[in-house]
Amino acid sequence: MTGIAPIPPMGSRDKLLEMSAIDKVFNGNVVALRDMNLQVNQGDFISLLGPSGCGKSTALRLIAGLMRPTTGRILWEGGQTTGDLGVVFQEPTLMPWATVAQNVWLPFRLRGKSYNSVKDEVLEALRLVGLEKFGKSYPRELSGGMKMRVSIARALVTGPRLILMDEPFAALDEITRHKLNNDLLELRDKLKCTVIFVTHSVFESVFLSDRIVVMAARPGRVSAELTVNAPYPRGEDFRTSPEYAALCRETSEALHNAMNEHGQVPA
Amino acid sequence: MTASELSQSAARQQAEQVVDEEEARRARREMWEQIGKWTLPAIVLFLALFAWDRVVVWNQIPHYILPGPGLVLETLIKDWPILSDALWVTLKITMMALSVAVIGGVGLAVLFTQSRFVEMSFYPFAVILQVTPVVSIAPLIFIYVDNRLAGLLLCAWIVAFFPILSNTTLGLNSTDHNLRDLYKIYGATRWQRLRYLQLPTALPYFLGGLRIAGGLSLIGAVVAEYVAGTGGIGSGLAFRILEAGYRLNIPRMFAALILIAVTGVVIFTLASLLSHLLLRKWHESALKRES
Ligand SMILES: Nc1ncnc2c1ncn2[C@@H]1O[C@H](COP(=O)(O)OP(=O)(O)OP(=O)(O)O)[C@@H](O)[C@H]1O
Ligand SMILES: [Mg+2]
Repeated sequence: MTGIAPIPPMGSRDKLLEMSAIDKVFNGNVVALRDMNLQVNQGDFISLLGPSGCGKSTALRLIAGLMRPTTGRILWEGGQTTGDLGVVFQEPTLMPWATVAQNVWLPFRLRGKSYNSVKDEVLEALRLVGLEKFGKSYPRELSGGMKMRVSIARALVTGPRLILMDEPFAALDEITRHKLNNDLLELRDKLKCTVIFVTHSVFESVFLSDRIVVMAARPGRVSAELTVNAPYPRGEDFRTSPEYAALCRETSEALHNAMNEHGQVPA
Repeated sequence: MTASELSQSAARQQAEQVVDEEEARRARREMWEQIGKWTLPAIVLFLALFAWDRVVVWNQIPHYILPGPGLVLETLIKDWPILSDALWVTLKITMMALSVAVIGGVGLAVLFTQSRFVEMSFYPFAVILQVTPVVSIAPLIFIYVDNRLAGLLLCAWIVAFFPILSNTTLGLNSTDHNLRDLYKIYGATRWQRLRYLQLPTALPYFLGGLRIAGGLSLIGAVVAEYVAGTGGIGSGLAFRILEAGYRLNIPRMFAALILIAVTGVVIFTLASLLSHLLLRKWHESALKRES
């Protein structure tokens, strides 16, 4: 897989959005996020890595505009429009009464586009995730991994500027997850999209991303940011390389530090 | 090495054998269940009819106390012109009440989900209407409503609309929260959310309510007619039963009763069929029936 116009190296990417000094407080006392600052650049593959309850999902929901920060701002370069975002949840979140193709059509449908006018895009998205033959199937006829692929196809069918993924592969088995990780990188290489990927897995974050944001809990905050400089495309060679092992060790340590930190910081 | 491999493959074969047997037993049981599902009720029904007939004949019970099944059938055929008219009237009221219950129930449910405040304000009234026995409201209704048909319809509607309202409301509120978020992210309008997300989610719930409401609207129609009493024009099955009772025409009472029961069963079956047809492609309830 070689991209025609490769994603520029990390230092020279254009800014896509910036979260500055974000606080999010629930019910007046649960501090889900404290002073989160994050600049997302075009072409970044960012993993948010951290223990349960450190505000990873909250950060995604803020970026998605599903909730507003208590204080702080999220600024999109050039303003945000609907259709800028694709989202993949932990569950496939498909409509069981609709066929696979109809599910992928949804983002267009909600913008008032008829199926026929966007048929090519829908079929292309299905082809990209390897499900071109399953457009007429119903979700219940698919395996867990295939449902996730449909969910991914739906997220990228509109060609969004940013794709948010909240532990998308956490419920899948190891083998399926590896396969989907590989395919996700291929897709990203083809589409040059920007991804923010929430995960609990050190290995997954190292394999996929070029930036890893390690978060700590109580209160949720950014604890460290690591850069993975290994070149794309990454495949099974990378997974078995000493470089990968070293990066995993480094990331594990950062995560470990983040998890030990929280005892010292008063919530 | 080879020995352990051999024993392993043997164990595997044995395991397959065991599974096969189990599967075969399951398949056999399913086959018998399929056959039994239809034949058993038929046999029991036939036996019951036979016993009924024998009891009447052996004890020489007079037909004005308990007619035999043969006589009931005879009456059904002989009185068909009268009974079919009555059936048609009852059926008409039932169907109209059911339609209004569907429209009213779904309409109110949609209204409720558009605003919590509307739901809070009006749901208690729906409950009160439901828990008050229709026989106790019906006399009032017939005092206030001049048109007899309208009164009957109103009674049947009161009985039938609640299951549709409560089930549909539940369904409309049962949307997957991630899907709801997704709709929000894509900037869906209220109408789009209702049309593409809430209504399909509510469909299985609604159909469950419809199955109950179908039977209830028949009950409502019959009970209302009992209360309305002799009306002359447009007399339904309940009126024919009352009338036959006064005249000690017990066979005709039985015939009318059977017609009501059969109508109820037919309504339920049609509602179940509709439910199956609409859901079979995607809903769990329909999947289990298929396999
Ligand atoms: N709607 C809400 N109301 C109240 N508290 C909330 C809400 N959403 C999240 N929280 C709290 O905010 C904190 C961060 O939650 P969040 O879901 O963002 O964590 P997370 O990092 O995604 O965890 P996980 O890995 O388990 O998904 C948690 O303590 C959670 O209980
Ligand atoms: Mg989460």
